[in-house]
Amino acid sequence: MKKIIATLILLVFTFYVYNTIKGFKFGHDFIGAKTQNKTISKKIEPAGKHYLENNKLENNSANVITSIVVSYRGFDTLGEVTVLFLAATGLGVILTIVRKEDDDEESSEREPSLIVKTAARILFPLIFLFGVYVFIHGHLTPGGGFQGGTIIATAYLMMFLSYSNFKINHTIFKSIESLSGLTFITIGLVGLLGFGMFLKLDLIPMGVFNSLFSAGLIPVVYIIVGFKVGSELTAVVDSYRENW
Amino acid sequence: MVLMLLQIFLIALMLIAAIFTVVYKDLMNSVIVSGFISLVASLLFYFLQAPDVALTEAAIGTGLTTYIFVLTIRKTERMEK
Repeated sequence: MKKIIATLILLVFTFYVYNTIKGFKFGHDFIGAKTQNKTISKKIEPAGKHYLENNKLENNSANVITSIVVSYRGFDTLGEVTVLFLAATGLGVILTIVRKEDDDEESSEREPSLIVKTAARILFPLIFLFGVYVFIHGHLTPGGGFQGGTIIATAYLMMFLSYSNFKINHTIFKSIESLSGLTFITIGLVGLLGFGMFLKLDLIPMGVFNSLFSAGLIPVVYIIVGFKVGSELTAVVDSYRENW
Repeated sequence: MVLMLLQIFLIALMLIAAIFTVVYKDLMNSVIVSGFISLVASLLFYFLQAPDVALTEAAIGTGLTTYIFVLTIRKTERMEK
């Protein structure tokens, strides 16, 4: 009975969502189209247009999304990183308090097969390398610090699944996380105190457009964010696995 | 046209998977199916020209969230009453 009601609610919900969006083509930017018809936006230039037109001049980054996230809204990124940091810290505190005492449940676990173990061992460096690639090339190709960091955390997750005795050094991971967070804030504050804007990008040479060493501090910040997110999520998953 | 049909198929697949998530008595099945929803969602994000969202969705939705749910189910009860 409960299942039927739940399914019915889901169907009703689907019906209303469908009715709301059926007039729009899939993937079509209808919010932008709506606002452009109004009289207000004729006077005010949309922010997106400014980003697209001036990105190359201001940031020298081939990926506009990255320059929005790191440069135009760099302060928001700091907030995002802080939220993740607080979530990881809170989880760590809670899980340390309710630490499990008995270890007899471990014996009932089934050991993964040899195929899984070997494949995980071969794939681990490749996935790790892909994560590093994604956050180093954040200003050139899709992706960036958050994406690369989560990919690295997935690589560690695969090792946790394949080897039940696989351990990571929590001190090192916490240090990497804290140091990268500190470096991010320091870079931001240098711009704020010295030049009057948070995260001033041209503290280092801006480089040639569309090459690896371009876009000023964007790759540096994204590498820091990648390290931070990767170590943070890995530590979260590991503390969840170990302590609870 | 083919792309649009593929998108409709994927959305229908997501819908069916969502219904199965609710219907399954075994919560482990529900978690795996909800991970599958994330996988299809990441494909759809790719079709919507948002590859960076697709990367995040695939890594977090399919990988980390599923693992955390599986661990939680192992520590609590597996069957829904």
